[in-house]
Amino acid sequence: MLAVTAALLGAGPSGLRAAEPEISWTWEPVPAGGDPGKVEFARACAVCHGEGPDRPGTTSLQIKYGGKLPALLEQRTDLKPDLIRVYVRNGFAMMPRFRKTELSDAQVDAIARYLSRAR
Amino acid sequence: MPPQSPIKAPPGVPPAQFADAIRQWQGVVGADWVFTSTGDLDAYRDSYSPLYGEATERTASAVVAPDSVEQVQGVMRIAHALKIPMYPISTGKNLTYGGSAPAYSGSVILDLKRMNRILEVSERNAFALVEPGVSYFDLYRYIREHKLKLWIDCPDPGWGSLVGNSLDHGAGYTNAPFRDHFESRCGMEVVLADGELLRTGMGALPKSETWQQFRYGMGPMVDGLFSQSNFGVVTKMGFWLMPEPECALVLTAEAQRHDDGPAFLDALAELTYADLISAQLHVESPVMGFPMGPELAKLRSDRSERRVPALDDYARRNGLPCWTAPFALYGHEDVVRAKLAHIRARIGQIPGAHVREVACLKFPLNDEQLAAAPEKSRLGIPNLSYFASRFAPGAPLFEGHIDFSPIVPLDGKTLREAQDLFDHVCQDHGIAPLGGRVLLYHLRAACLIYAIPVGRDATANARAREGFARLMDVAAERGWGEYRIHPAFMDRGMGYYNFNDHALLKFHERLKDAVDPHGILSAGRYGIWPRHLRGQSS
Repeated sequence: MLAVTAALLGAGPSGLRAAEPEISWTWEPVPAGGDPGKVEFARACAVCHGEGPDRPGTTSLQIKYGGKLPALLEQRTDLKPDLIRVYVRNGFAMMPRFRKTELSDAQVDAIARYLSRAR
Repeated sequence: MPPQSPIKAPPGVPPAQFADAIRQWQGVVGADWVFTSTGDLDAYRDSYSPLYGEATERTASAVVAPDSVEQVQGVMRIAHALKIPMYPISTGKNLTYGGSAPAYSGSVILDLKRMNRILEVSERNAFALVEPGVSYFDLYRYIREHKLKLWIDCPDPGWGSLVGNSLDHGAGYTNAPFRDHFESRCGMEVVLADGELLRTGMGALPKSETWQQFRYGMGPMVDGLFSQSNFGVVTKMGFWLMPEPECALVLTAEAQRHDDGPAFLDALAELTYADLISAQLHVESPVMGFPMGPELAKLRSDRSERRVPALDDYARRNGLPCWTAPFALYGHEDVVRAKLAHIRARIGQIPGAHVREVACLKFPLNDEQLAAAPEKSRLGIPNLSYFASRFAPGAPLFEGHIDFSPIVPLDGKTLREAQDLFDHVCQDHGIAPLGGRVLLYHLRAACLIYAIPVGRDATANARAREGFARLMDVAAERGWGEYRIHPAFMDRGMGYYNFNDHALLKFHERLKDAVDPHGILSAGRYGIWPRHLRGQSS
């Protein structure tokens, strides 16, 4: 077997040491570029609030709204940036709070802008 | 900027001394990584605290977030000199067992999330060396991006830390020993309370190339002292990884009648001891599972003799087995199919019982196969789907929960007695628990996990705490103790492990006094209090 030893002293999970936290709570590929908020949403939020089976956020909102509002946050048109910031930092129901060492204010702002963008 | 709230010093620490510590820490980690505002500190509250919003909720006085082992040493030297209580967390995702909040209110959180380096992954020798901020997702993504033929073993939620989960004796799904996350460790680096740095095992030998391959080194093996304890801050840890198998057979053993439970459990235990099943399996029934509709909830709480025939009838009407045990076999397909034949023969000795093949997967998976893969955790694919299992139409919207996790002998009759006993306690205390499944997380013992709902309602939380304490009492009366516990119950939990007048806890305390003479690290964790706080209520 080929010996592959990756020594990455000084590197984060992606091999790069970033100024911002590097959260990738997903097994799925994430967009390499584009809207920073969309990228952060894919990395930090979609595992719960994305489309697909067994997403706790989406499942919870399906039950909560009963179809009156979209369960997928990316399909909502009524979300305001401040509300999103509050939910991220304070949590809600089963969703825990998220700290600045996980998501910086700039990253939360990007997610908030993305989810509340004009469409 | 929002107005800054006044800094509140930890108990017993003069405000000026605390302000001095804050200033010095800012010099070590940078002002951006010392948090003292109410808003920033609130993010460290335990979202699933059974004490939420009450005066006794465990909260932090400040947070320091170092980026390197040198910074951890610097922070600890200052804390040691100024006698500031500290509470290290890795990724802070130990939800149900305390989250990112301290065990001792007023402690300063040492948040290690920024230390997220994957330092080495060896494909040939199948190990990884990581820092505490590395999550299961991080290591999985790294291995996949580099196309290494290795698997990780992840617990249910994949956003936790390999280091933190291991140190709290967490477990996952694949083969032994990988699924027992402390058993699969190999080599640790630790910063002591006074800032001194040590490495365990072969890590103590300069130029050693076997730190992640030989755990013992020379002399007493001290790794265990840093798990479920407060003797040091673990800054690096090695883990053995499972080589990627050629194939995984995802399977479910099923038994038809409720009274088959003990024989079914005994058969699965026998197969596990014989190493025909090496992976984690759990045994569940429709009435021991996740949120239930009204009919199942009523059946679960029925204590009359009508219960068993009613459960059998429910299963028949719905085309369900009364007992299911999902598991998987990993390896070359011819080998695992040969194992499966033996397993089927043994399970088939129970009338009507059988093993159903859910999937046969070959590795590596492409992106489409990955997305469609069933039971991802069994395939070493981290996810958060566990949380989705908390919801069901018609069931109350779930908030948090704390887990009652007793270790019970791997014996079918005893396990059924335990399930009935714990169910009755929950009913008596008005608790509607989730779960009650028999889990073979660790090697050679069963763990029953009852998720006890908690939330923002103080009255309901008080009832949950009372029921939780009673569950612990009735378990201890039978010689069953918890393998892991929320900080609100650590004193009680450790109190049951009291052979010879608490000789084990007394030994922990003697160690504590020797290695942390000022008692600054994680006061109260797993019942170990520093001398100056001993005997006080937590």
